[in-house]
Amino acid sequence: MSLFGNGALGRVVRSGVGRRRVQTLVIAVATMMAVASAVVAGALMVAAAAPFDDAFKKQQGAHITAQFDPAKASAAQLERTKELAGVTASAGPYPSTAFRPVDRSGFRMPTLTVVGRSGADADVDRVELKSGRWAHKPGEIVVDASFQGPSVDIGSALKTSDTPNAPTLSVVGFAVSVGKSADAWATAEQVESLAALGSPLTTQMLYRFDSASTKQQIVADRAKLASAVDSGALLGTQSWLDTKRAADQGAAATVPFVMAFGVLGIVMSVIIVSSVISGAVGTSLRRIGILKAIGFTPREVVRAYVAQALIPATVGIALGVVLGNLLAVPLLADTESVYGNVSLSVAWWVDVAVPAAALLVVGLAALIPARRAGRLNTVEAIAVGRAPRPGRGQWAHRAMGRLPLPRPVTYGLATPFTHPVRALAMLLAVAFGTVAATFAVGLTSSLNEVGKSQDPESRAAVTVTTVRMNNIAPPPPPPPVGGDAAASPSPAAPSPAAGSSKPKVADPAKVRAAVKSEAGLESYYGKLQTEVAVAGVSGAVEASLYEGDSRSGSYEMLSGHWITGKGQVVVPTRFLERTSTKVGDTVRMTFEKESADLRIVGESFDTSGNELEVHADMANFPSAQPETFLVDVKSDVSADAFARKLAAVVQPMGGDATTVVESEQSGVILIMDAMAVLLTLMLIAVAGLGVLNSVVLDTRERVHDLGVCKAIGMSPRQTVSLVLASVSAIGVVGGLLGVPAGYLLHGVVMPVMGRAVGTGMPSPVLDVYGPVELLLLGLGGVVLAMLGAMIPAGWAARARTATALRTE
Amino acid sequence: MNQVIELEGVAKRYDTAGAPALGPLTLSVAKGEALAVTGPSGSGKSTLLNLIAGLDKPTEGSVLVAGRRIDQLSEHALAKFRREHIGIAFQFFNLLDDLTVTDNIQLPAQLTGTSRRAAAARAGELMEMLGIQKHARAYPGRLSGGERQRVGVARALINRPELLLADEPTGALDSASGAEVRKLLIDLHRGGQTIVLVTHDLALAEACASRTIHLVDGHLALDTYAQAVR
Repeated sequence: MSLFGNGALGRVVRSGVGRRRVQTLVIAVATMMAVASAVVAGALMVAAAAPFDDAFKKQQGAHITAQFDPAKASAAQLERTKELAGVTASAGPYPSTAFRPVDRSGFRMPTLTVVGRSGADADVDRVELKSGRWAHKPGEIVVDASFQGPSVDIGSALKTSDTPNAPTLSVVGFAVSVGKSADAWATAEQVESLAALGSPLTTQMLYRFDSASTKQQIVADRAKLASAVDSGALLGTQSWLDTKRAADQGAAATVPFVMAFGVLGIVMSVIIVSSVISGAVGTSLRRIGILKAIGFTPREVVRAYVAQALIPATVGIALGVVLGNLLAVPLLADTESVYGNVSLSVAWWVDVAVPAAALLVVGLAALIPARRAGRLNTVEAIAVGRAPRPGRGQWAHRAMGRLPLPRPVTYGLATPFTHPVRALAMLLAVAFGTVAATFAVGLTSSLNEVGKSQDPESRAAVTVTTVRMNNIAPPPPPPPVGGDAAASPSPAAPSPAAGSSKPKVADPAKVRAAVKSEAGLESYYGKLQTEVAVAGVSGAVEASLYEGDSRSGSYEMLSGHWITGKGQVVVPTRFLERTSTKVGDTVRMTFEKESADLRIVGESFDTSGNELEVHADMANFPSAQPETFLVDVKSDVSADAFARKLAAVVQPMGGDATTVVESEQSGVILIMDAMAVLLTLMLIAVAGLGVLNSVVLDTRERVHDLGVCKAIGMSPRQTVSLVLASVSAIGVVGGLLGVPAGYLLHGVVMPVMGRAVGTGMPSPVLDVYGPVELLLLGLGGVVLAMLGAMIPAGWAARARTATALRTE
Repeated sequence: MNQVIELEGVAKRYDTAGAPALGPLTLSVAKGEALAVTGPSGSGKSTLLNLIAGLDKPTEGSVLVAGRRIDQLSEHALAKFRREHIGIAFQFFNLLDDLTVTDNIQLPAQLTGTSRRAAAARAGELMEMLGIQKHARAYPGRLSGGERQRVGVARALINRPELLLADEPTGALDSASGAEVRKLLIDLHRGGQTIVLVTHDLALAEACASRTIHLVDGHLALDTYAQAVR
């Protein structure tokens, strides 16, 4: 106890902590909650930036990955780009092309961008070889490590296309380029021969710049490159900022709301600690007076009261650090899956800085009321004792006494005015608890809306495919970066295998006819999930092509409208950003060998990671045929029966029909939901404990008055109603303040979360509160206050009247 | 005679191993009687008062007040019983500082559900009777000790209780105020009010009470009624 000076001071502190068990518990829980939230937020912020930044720095990643047209950009011109002002390092030129290989199990892999490089090392983009070796001769290929699996492993052969006699490449290694400069690497000769099979050959150049930390700087750097070559020679560029954002988004999306909870927790802790310590001082005037009378200096009194807050706070902070580390694990695991080399632990300095800051905040919060204790006049303190200062709140008793309510209720309603500061602390606790509940309800509703909006196909009752369900390709390896939606296989995206294992595919026209002729059909539309080329965008772009009226399967729109016919395309926000286009612009899209100029009519709400999925009418591409039909049945028809009957017709053709199973929420959304619920429950518990603390202080202080009331005939039930009434108005006002504040917080945090994953938020995701919901949340403030007061109300009702009367 | 209080073999122990703080005691108080309970500190006076008021329960025996056995009542029923049948005047007045004199007096009536008008009328009547009507809107902190005790007595009488318990009613008062309160109690007794008065002050007991009992170590050492009967 040397920390608190002499042994006497230590004993005073220990007895203070032991005597005020409720207050001790309240401080410990409040600080635990605040620190846990802050540790999670800090860990996620670090996780959202550090692994990418570390790996990018280590690999000397490219700030700009540029694709040039070799026909328009000469070798000399490309050499000159290396000397441009601001360019600090460069690599290339490397030949580059795209191809869609077939793995050894016969399934087509996604389109891979392959770059011809003689080795992994370079001045820019030092590719890290994870296993195997580099490709030294034609016929060998190194593949991005994310593709490694049973069907793609060292020594396995990849067919370069699904044509029967396509050449094969032997996988000799797996590597990672943090800057995502390519999906595969081979010799330059091999890349050129792959390009000869049909895909265009481009030239890749990799650059690092002295200024490339903002989007504006990247745009300026890109402009320098474009101006250094002939017009049209620069086909496309990829910014490291986009790659970083895509890589970080799993954790980054979580940061804003965890931070919001962290801030709420910290503010709540300050309120609770100040309230508890000022309550302790207020109810211990006599004790403080005695301590001073027997020789405690004002400074020792201050230290005693600060220590009474710091002891439980230290315990709470320690528990909060442990809890925060445990809570951070599932979220960090999400980040780990992106990089593979992130440890599942919170950065050490977060575990040091957060508790240190929390201790400082708690110490300061306790210092102000403790200094009041130090300044108290000894004689006055002993004389005043526990009696509330006379005169305060008398007007409230007069006013409330006129209300047409039972006397115990009106007496209780006036009670908060006797201790306005304590009532204010209670009000803030209730208000913050209501803010947390309102915010969490909105957040989880919004996240559920996000989940629903990302799976529009699940709105259909029946899915009809042109292949049997068990012939649909297994899920492709997870994309290099991005969210969950892109990683989840869609039943509408079959990639039938080529070659000998190619399954039987039903004639779409016959399947369509079967759908149309089935009794009970309400409506249907056809869909083909495929890849297209978009002018100005390097590599393939995911596309959904629709046949018929697809409005029932539309995505939520951020601007514009869903496709209503030929000549239109809907694109996600990232597409607009990456291509510097806007709604109303026209883009050229190529499917197989058919091209169409399509007007961008809408911006879709799409959180599917780094993918650029576009949506267009199938009529733009005559050779496109639907692989899936999404069907709605009439209201009096069973979807199961409809699917069974239709399956009996289409299965002999090679197709299938099944009812649509609503997809499960993605992992990140479930984790965010769980965290929001957990953090909210903790905040509400802290708010309830804050109320409990204030009401306990109040009840203890008024125990004599309550004894008098009981002696003159106040029943236990009337005593309970008096105590509950004393917090009811605080509950109402707290609800009235907390609901709008929670509503506003939701309105601020959700768009920030959206920006973290590169999208805006549509109104169905933002407008999640109904009037009834808001009313119930407002009443939640009253319930919270009542729950907090319930225990002391019970104590007051059960307290022995004779004992209470003896209490002075 | 109509008995307001009937105690039969009543004992109260706070410590199971030690001697009882009170009793065993058998005692009855008739309607209209003014009983003074005297005795030194720790003799069991307050314990007896608490048992009669239903503020505490006996370890042994039965307590009947106004014809009702109160030692078996629940807390809720006791509270109801107390506000309807018993008024208590305390040594330190026990007025609620944040309520006006009128509000303090009306409080027990309001707890029984008496209408505001009726409660206000009765409070006015009592304030006039006790000479405190000019302080109706004042707060207790501004009154003298005697005035506060009169407010306490008015509060005790608001529901026309069958029994008035007065616990050292002059113990915290100067002699002038004590004399005022003594006169008040005499007047109430003359008016037919049944009173149990706990006091150290033998002069007060003699002036106000028709009967005195003296307790020593929880036992009845003297009962003037019993002496008179003998």
